[in-house]
Amino acid sequence: MFLKELSELSGVSGNEDMVRDFIRGKLSAWGIHHDCDALGNLYAYKGDGATGAVGGLMLAAHMDEVGLMVSAIEKCGHLRFYKVGGIDEQFLVSCPVYIGSAGISGVIGAKAVHLQKKEERGKLLEVDKLYIDIGAKDKDDAAKVIKVGDYVSFAARTATFADTFKGKALDNRAGCAALLEILQRDFPGSFTAVFTVQEEIGCRGARAAAYRLNPRMALVVETTIAADLPDVEEKDQVTLLGKGPAFTLQDDSLIAHPRILERLMTVAQEQNISCQFRRFTGSSTDGGAVTQTREGVPAGVISTPCRYLHGPASLLCLADWRNVVEVVDGFINSVLAKGL
Amino acid sequence: MELEDFLKKITEGDGVSGYEESTAAAIARAFSAYVAEVRRDNLGNLIFYKKGKGTPAPRIMFCAHMDEIGLIVTSITEKGFLRFGTLGGFDLRTLPGQDVTIHGKEKYPGVIGQLPPHLRKGEKEKKAPELEALFIDTGLPPEAVRAGIEVGAVVAIRRDMITLRHRCRAGKAFDDRAGVAVLWQCARDLSRMEHEADIYLVATVQEEVGVRGAMVSTYGLEPDLGVAVDVCHGDFPGALEHEVSPLGKGPVITSGPNIHPRLYERLLAIASDYKIPHGKDVSPGPTGTDARAIQVSREGIPAALLSVPLRYMHTSVELLDLDDLKGAGRLLAFFAAGVDRAFVEELTCF
Repeated sequence: MFLKELSELSGVSGNEDMVRDFIRGKLSAWGIHHDCDALGNLYAYKGDGATGAVGGLMLAAHMDEVGLMVSAIEKCGHLRFYKVGGIDEQFLVSCPVYIGSAGISGVIGAKAVHLQKKEERGKLLEVDKLYIDIGAKDKDDAAKVIKVGDYVSFAARTATFADTFKGKALDNRAGCAALLEILQRDFPGSFTAVFTVQEEIGCRGARAAAYRLNPRMALVVETTIAADLPDVEEKDQVTLLGKGPAFTLQDDSLIAHPRILERLMTVAQEQNISCQFRRFTGSSTDGGAVTQTREGVPAGVISTPCRYLHGPASLLCLADWRNVVEVVDGFINSVLAKGL
Repeated sequence: MELEDFLKKITEGDGVSGYEESTAAAIARAFSAYVAEVRRDNLGNLIFYKKGKGTPAPRIMFCAHMDEIGLIVTSITEKGFLRFGTLGGFDLRTLPGQDVTIHGKEKYPGVIGQLPPHLRKGEKEKKAPELEALFIDTGLPPEAVRAGIEVGAVVAIRRDMITLRHRCRAGKAFDDRAGVAVLWQCARDLSRMEHEADIYLVATVQEEVGVRGAMVSTYGLEPDLGVAVDVCHGDFPGALEHEVSPLGKGPVITSGPNIHPRLYERLLAIASDYKIPHGKDVSPGPTGTDARAIQVSREGIPAALLSVPLRYMHTSVELLDLDDLKGAGRLLAFFAAGVDRAFVEELTCF
């Protein structure tokens, strides 16, 4: 299980190198044929069909995470930033970060509570007023280690609380970790697992990957919102931690292909794994990009429920994650044996 | 042990106001090399004593508070989430996503959760979260939560000290264990110096909830003068110039009605004699520090305030420059070494 390692790597959309290098290292060690395309998607070819899965099964999980990008260095040496993807702004204040390929440490501070007027305290902090402090003396000092355009990720440690796993970037390193588990197993046929780039800024990698592979069908392995939280009515909870893998019915860019959905449910039932539907129709995943590629690709999405997505401390239930791996395993075997 | 190691050691542990035990123990261990005597008073103030050569010796008290702001569990939901209240002044906007340690039957890790953006109340109106919108998530099943955590359990923010550029460090509880680190540096410097005065170095409790520790330590020790060592606001973009002090330019010496004018002058003179970089600040009323309590203890005690600039006070990424701590410790040591009977007698001559 590589959840810890993958979670602690920095890999903001457009800068997935560390994650790609880590996964590629594993693929090489396991003797799995792999290559990359011009966007940086990493393809792992499982089985005999070494040239890939044209007309076959495509699995996908995105390597990138939401983060920030340095937009300017102020005279005083503080760094201003852009958001990359839909980072949850409310998690930014009082947060340590890593900046650039050297992983320079910085913190996002806020005006001390003592210095704020009452009406200031009642408002959310606006992201364009925030900055990163690396302890630089001034602009020249900061410029020795930072440049405009440097990517910024949360600096957050992983932890395990009983069967709950905590970390940043679980969206979607949990999916990457699941595919790595799958790739270590034996299957009676070929498929391609794609570790995609730039999902968080519009599912851009998956579109190119699906075009390149031109698959018969695709299964996207993701994470999704768990809102099983205080004061949230059951109908709004989306998914619940510990209640098993979540299947997407539809979201902003995908209606799950009925036969894929049905097969996922059958496979889960055969394995006695209880599953749940993602009871929410908002937001998009790689599934939408894939399904709208070329002449259309039947696609489905299976997710690990995850609390506090797009922040420094997301939580998932390890049993859910392990069951995602098992259902994906069952799905691959079923499709290889009987088609869709 | 170097100053940086001391700061790391005492700020990574927990000591929320009123619950300073383990922090006090860590501080006591680290001071033991430099002071002969240590005791705790009825409220838990940790008092280090170093005897002077004077007969009779003037009595000096330096204090810095060891408590930090924290949270306390007020209820446990059916599903095992913890609702909490605050011990000390938090900006609630700094809490979502923070790691915490819950001091239940054992120490439990947790995170401060809130609802996803599409379910948050007030998100569109850009309203800050209310206390009711936040909760602590331990990731444990409800029965495990109830078995180990009760209402009243104290919760501390968890943060390992972060090394930034040059001598800058970020972390939690720097307010005011940075002040305790100044006392440690002072004790270390004094161990190589001769002094007339009996010196009491006090790590006080419960400052964040109303300067209570210093109130009783001053009464108990009845010093001839007292200096509070605390943090002041460091500079940041958009700050009003008069509200902040620059980092890395030395400790800040405060004047105003809370501060005895002779002590203020003497601190300035010592800083300039020993070429210790420093800044000045004014406070128009009682300061928000232990000096506030010292001044009006018993029949009145001459008080002064020495501060270390600190950015982002009361967050878990409070940021300071280690050199400012070092300078403050040296300044206090030279100040202490210069206090004699004549000096303290003059303090009542107005």
